[in-house]
This record gives sequence, C-alpha cells and structure tokens, in this order.
Amino acid sequence: MEDYSKLKAIAGRLRRHIINMVAAANSGHPGGSLSAAEIITALYFKLMNVDVAQPRWPERDIFVLSKGHATPVYYAALAERGFFSPEELTSFRAVNSRLQGHPDREKTPGVDMTTGSLGQGLSAANGMALGAKLDGQHQRWIYVLLGDGELQEGQVWEAAMTAAHYALDNVIAFVDWNGLQIDGEVSRVMNVACIKDKFAAFNWHVQEINGHDFGEIFAAVERAKEAKGRPSVIIARTIKGKGVSFMENQAGWHGKAPGQEQALQALKELEVE
Amino acid sequence: MATATRDAYGKALAELGAENQDVVVLDADLSGSTKTAAFAKEFPQRFFNVGIAESDLIGTAAGLAASGKIPFASTFAVFAAGRAYDQIRASVAYPNLNVKIAATHAGLTVGEDGATHQMNEDIALMRALPNMTVVVPADGVEAAAATRAVARHRGPVYLRLGRPAVPDIHDESYVFDLLKAPVLREGEDVALFACGYMVHVTLEAADMLAEQGVSAAVINVHTVKPLDTDTVCRYARRCRRVVTAEEHSIIGGLGGAIAEVLAEEVPAPMVRIGVRDTFGESGKPAALLEKYGLTAKAVFAGAMKLMP
Repeated sequence: MEDYSKLKAIAGRLRRHIINMVAAANSGHPGGSLSAAEIITALYFKLMNVDVAQPRWPERDIFVLSKGHATPVYYAALAERGFFSPEELTSFRAVNSRLQGHPDREKTPGVDMTTGSLGQGLSAANGMALGAKLDGQHQRWIYVLLGDGELQEGQVWEAAMTAAHYALDNVIAFVDWNGLQIDGEVSRVMNVACIKDKFAAFNWHVQEINGHDFGEIFAAVERAKEAKGRPSVIIARTIKGKGVSFMENQAGWHGKAPGQEQALQALKELEVE
Repeated sequence: MATATRDAYGKALAELGAENQDVVVLDADLSGSTKTAAFAKEFPQRFFNVGIAESDLIGTAAGLAASGKIPFASTFAVFAAGRAYDQIRASVAYPNLNVKIAATHAGLTVGEDGATHQMNEDIALMRALPNMTVVVPADGVEAAAATRAVARHRGPVYLRLGRPAVPDIHDESYVFDLLKAPVLREGEDVALFACGYMVHVTLEAADMLAEQGVSAAVINVHTVKPLDTDTVCRYARRCRRVVTAEEHSIIGGLGGAIAEVLAEEVPAPMVRIGVRDTFGESGKPAALLEKYGLTAKAVFAGAMKLMP
C-alpha cells in the first residue's frame, strides 16, 4: 500500500482554508468544497502538469471547475500549489479581490476557465480538448469536475454527446457524487440516477470510486488515460461537508457560512484529522 | 449585383481558413443555411458540427478560444442570441474570449418560417453584454470585409447576417473600419441612420426625400457596438432631425442605441423605424416588410414627419 500521508495532509490544509475563507467572507459554499478536497488535491499535487511561473503555459494540463461554486477548495489548492500566496485567500468574495465567488480566468492566476453558471464547463473542456488535438498535443489532459446536481442541466448531456462523437479521450471528467443539492437530496429534487448507465449509454468510459480515497482516484485516472477513443468519467462517491461533523451530509451547508464558534469547532475537528 | 450577407460570409470564411490555420468553425446542423458548409468541405479537420445543441455550440467555441483558436460559431440568430444567451454571457462575454458568433437568418426576412424563427431582439440582447462587439453588415461586400475584420479583432463579436439577397451598395474598393460608420450620402435636413438590410432601403428613402426637396444624409451604422458616437452626434447636430431604420425591434437595437447617445449629447427630434414591439408571422419577406413598416416609404414618411 502506497503511503498518501503527504497528500492527506494537503487535503486537510485545503479543508481548513475552506472553513477560514468562507467564515471570513461570511459567504460561500463549504459543503461541495469539502467533498471535493481529495479530488482537487490529487489533481494539483500529483496528476496535473502545470507551471506556476507560467499559468498559461500552452502545454499544461487543464482543469475546469464546472461546479463553479466550489471555489474555496479550488483557490485553496491553487494557493498551496504556489499560483498565489495563501494569505490572499482571506480576500475571497470581497470587493477588488482576485478571488471571485465563482472562477474567473481573467482575474485569478491558474484558473483555466470561467465558470459559475452550471452545466457549461464540460462544453468548454471539450473545446480545449479539440484545440489540444488540433495542435497535436496528445499528452495534454483536460480534467473537469462536475457536481451530481449539475447533471440536471441539459447542456451537460449535449457536451457528453460531443465528447464521445469527437472521441475526446483526452477528457477526464469527475462527478462529485455527494448526493445533495440546495433543495435537498438529489434523488428527491430531480433524480439523476443511474449516473453510470447514463454516461455508458453516451459511450463514455465509466468508473465508480470512493472519491475520498487517493489510491482509488489515481488508479481510476490511470485506467482513464488508457481508454483510447472515448472520453472518461470517474463517478466519485463523496460526502458533502466531509471532515466537519455538523456539515457532513447536510444540504443546508451547501451555500452557508459558519459562524465564529462553528468555524472554530470545524477547524478543531479538521486539526485532529 | 445582389448577394445575401450569409453567402458572402461563407465565402469569406472559406478564404480565411486557407490563410489562417487558427480559424476553426462550429455549426449546429445548419451549415447548408449558414453557409459554413464551404469551410467544412475545404477544412474538415477544423470544422465541428455539434448537432442541434446551441448551448454546447457556444461552450465548445469558448473552449477552443481559450486554447488559442479563432472560432466562428454559426447558427440562426434566434438560436444563438436567444437560446444560448447565458452561454454567450457566462462562457464568452464575461471571460472576454475570442469567439465570433456569426448568426444568420436574423430579422423578419426569414419569411415563411414565422415568428419562432424571426429574431428581432438579438441586437438588444447582444448589445447589453459587456465586452461584446455587434456588427450588422449591409451587403455582401461589407459582410465579407466584416468577416475578415472580426477575425483580426481580439474579443467576442456578434456578427448579424441575413437570409435574403440584398443589392450591393459598396464596390470592391470598400474599406471596412470596425469603429467608423461610413456616410453613404451627405445631407443637411435629416440624418438617416440604418444598419443591415435597411441600409439599401434607406438609400431609396433618401431618393424619395430628395424629390421632395429634403436633403437627407445616410449613415451606415454597421457596428452598433461600439457605436461611432462621433459620427452619430456630428450628423444629429448638422441635420437636427434623426431617423433610424433597422430590421429589428425598435426596443434596444440601433434606434435604442442612438436614442441613448443623443438624449444625453445632442437631443434631437427622432423617429425609429423597426418592428414595433410585436412578434412577426409567416409570409414572403417582402409582404412582411410591408406589413411591419420596414420600407422606403416608411422611412420617407418618418423623415417627413420631422420636417417643419
């Protein structure tokens, strides 16, 4: 068994940043940020070929945060990776900040695509994947993170068709399958099950993993890279609010900031972990 | 000679493809009608049909622009500006990506397909978006020149093209300047500002006015945004009376844009010729233009109303 203690420590740091950022802004989305901490850590601290000195390096790997409200975990990773100083994280959502509520490729170093209106990220990722293929860059990977509630947007399935039709095997999508959206359980608001069957029917290479297990994430990405001729989706079972006892599996923490005492309690729990 | 602006666009696009490897084209199952088929035939590896999926059309174009390409995304105006408005707003205009939305079949002259397909609100929608440039060519010569100009311009562009053939106003020596509205005819009594299909119609109206002893200036406002406010204000000041003419709603389009500027800079009596806050209907283009008041006679009558 490989030792992922370093990456686990980073994911823990990202989680603490999430709490601090959302508490400082008194605004933002902690639940779906905490659920994606391992996926984002795996991408920025192991999988992706990026250069913090040249955020627009033309041969870099790309990441599109299609579930754009998960900026806390995204910015925390970009800062820890060195695109900007972690001190800047407290400016999240404040006026004049480079760290907008939703990702802005014009403002934030390291952000590859502007997102925020749900359902649009996979189309953009496809466009970048087509661009890479036209340029003969077969070793570049285009990663995208979708929410499970986001799969209710019709454009996701338009883009799913396009990715398969153009055999975009350089696209690797993750679904952060935490099972909750603003109004409650995804299965009750508008059931997106069976996610696996849907993507399989769209001719994607499909895998299902535990999205908090680094070993499973890396193994799945390896298999995704080997799947030639079609795009890959990794459906990652996660826990919304993961790591903070009172936020776990609570839809109410989708887009709500913790108060001072709640933040201290959350940070304490994350310290122990 | 008469050419449809969409035909001139398709031809210019295919030429552009040979000159610039970065030009890529996307369509949503209308390449025969939008005239991107010529490019598709010549450069199949740089042409992407996404099927009947306009949201994905715009989003994919945004991704191609983010990777350094110059994507032209084509479909009918109603599906581009209307159906994919939020994709244009969030994935193209806000990130200021270099996407050219070349929308054909704008306005009433779509004809028999009726109101669902007659886009009379797109200039208003696109003009309201920060970072967006809005270009409405008047004839084939201008459409070809505009296609090349918007490819050189860095940033999002909405290029509004029409279905029917329109008489050539410009000759091959015409030089297109994105930022300058050309004065087609000098005049002193009334300034007629027009764009797109209504430019040649407005020239006819100027002839009718001349017969009545009214000297009308005709200005081709091919770029509604950014508006050439210098020329607009200069001619409003000189002529003191203003008529606008567009194949679009009188709300928020060329007339709206000019009214906004003049109300603050050069208040002047004004008549807006366009579709009057109503949907269209099926019919021959000529019959529709007559019924909805988009004729030389209507522009003439509008100008005469302003005369003392």
